[in-house]
Amino acid sequence: MPPHDAAARVQTTGYLRHTWPVRLMHWINVLAFTLLLMSGLQIFNAYPALNWGKSSYSGRPPILQMDARMDAQGNPMGVTRVFGHEFNTTGVLGLSAGMGGQPVQRGFPAWITLPSQQWLAMGRRWHFFFAWVLVINGFAYIAYTLASRHLARDLMPTRADWRSIGQSIKDHLLLRNVGEAARHYNILQKLTYLGVIFVLFPLVILMGWAMSPGLNALFPGWIDVFGGRQSARTIHFVVAWLLVGFVFIHLFEVVISGFWNNLRSMITGRYRIEGSEGA
Amino acid sequence: MPSQDNSRRRFLRRALASCGAFVLSGCDQLSQSAWFTKLLGNAEKLTFATQRLLLPRKAMAQEFTEADLSPFFRSNGTSNPDNPEYQALAANHFADYRLQVGGLVAQPRAYSLDELKALPSRTQITRHDCVEGWSAIGKWKGVPLSRVLEQVEPQPAARYVVFYCADPMDVLGTRYYESIDMEDAWHAQTLLAYELNDAPLPIRNGAPIRVRVERQLGYKMAKYIMQIQLVERLNDIAGGQGGYWEDRGYEWYAGI
Repeated sequence: MPPHDAAARVQTTGYLRHTWPVRLMHWINVLAFTLLLMSGLQIFNAYPALNWGKSSYSGRPPILQMDARMDAQGNPMGVTRVFGHEFNTTGVLGLSAGMGGQPVQRGFPAWITLPSQQWLAMGRRWHFFFAWVLVINGFAYIAYTLASRHLARDLMPTRADWRSIGQSIKDHLLLRNVGEAARHYNILQKLTYLGVIFVLFPLVILMGWAMSPGLNALFPGWIDVFGGRQSARTIHFVVAWLLVGFVFIHLFEVVISGFWNNLRSMITGRYRIEGSEGA
Repeated sequence: MPSQDNSRRRFLRRALASCGAFVLSGCDQLSQSAWFTKLLGNAEKLTFATQRLLLPRKAMAQEFTEADLSPFFRSNGTSNPDNPEYQALAANHFADYRLQVGGLVAQPRAYSLDELKALPSRTQITRHDCVEGWSAIGKWKGVPLSRVLEQVEPQPAARYVVFYCADPMDVLGTRYYESIDMEDAWHAQTLLAYELNDAPLPIRNGAPIRVRVERQLGYKMAKYIMQIQLVERLNDIAGGQGGYWEDRGYEWYAGI
């Protein structure tokens, strides 16, 4: 029941922050992205290296490689080589606990891959199924943001937003919490969401398509724009981790700007401002 | 205070880990269930239909230049078939090799290696994409499968071309096999290849004959081909999924 008394209303104003299609598509995206990441790392483990160029065998070493070898004492160790520098990553990358607990050679560890054991065929099944979910959900979201004017109204930076960018950067760095009171996304939020929606997700999807030998034949040579097939695989991998980086920042901001309020607004749609958490 | 902080952090970490483990083991259980793998497998049908819709029948896979060639074309899977029959053929430089082509065709016949080489050939520099994620670029010379099909005259009922290979894959002697549909079979870049990088096809890469299906992944491109059969259905061959790896859960349509 909305309070009728004016003073109380000031305290407990709530409003519909996210419409139901946005909420639904957000959670579908959470599910699809999580499963795509984990099955993607399973697929990566089948050839735990990244190359730049049209092929993996061009005479140049991989730019990233996870491997296992014996150390000076004769014990197995996991190593990760990045641009020629070797790091000991035993237990996490290159060598980690297998199903029975014994160390096995594998790129990413079992707790982050789907399935957890080495099983490329099943990883591909998960990956391509949820790739379709992500793509269909993504197109539905784009269509919705345009039709409902969500994009124009809530995500496009206004002139005032651009002017506030300095203040916004300062607020974020000082973890000054203005989100609670704001009915609108701030400029950094808008730019981040636009970047994720219109740059990172389309890029990770496009680079997935670039690895398909079928789609390669659509316009022969189109993937050379991105440096070739193995470059596309590398970009796919890097962008996936940039998206993980986004998720971490996103979750951090969600927590520090009122975890339950934010979570509720993404589940029921209601977001309360002016501090009153209510029951 | 720090110890309390530590224990809380430890608790949180453990809670998160057990939560993750729960989700993972749930997913692992789903991966073992027939109905769920079947559900996930529906994506393959969607991918196949979409790619066939988007791709013109004659769309060509990208071709490269000599400058792009991989210095060494790696071998994957079998590198030397553990099969006395094959070893005898190899010892004699495949002079006694006969490629049997039959099934739903009007003119079944057998080809010697020289007879295949006498047919018009095609040379192409293409990229080989392995399902594992790596790729290599090689120069292939061979007879287009379409030339052979013209000679054996497929019957209208023929829907798939099945390749039977010489390499046993396990201790039981299960032989490698593969299949493609007629659209890929008639495609200009689909070759019965007998040369790699201007030299006779090495044993590690599939001598004397391997198939090239350039718009799909490497496992479709069967090596050590002994026999070709045109068939209407795949479900009565071996595991019924159309190929050795397909019978083990990989997609039959490997354009992705």
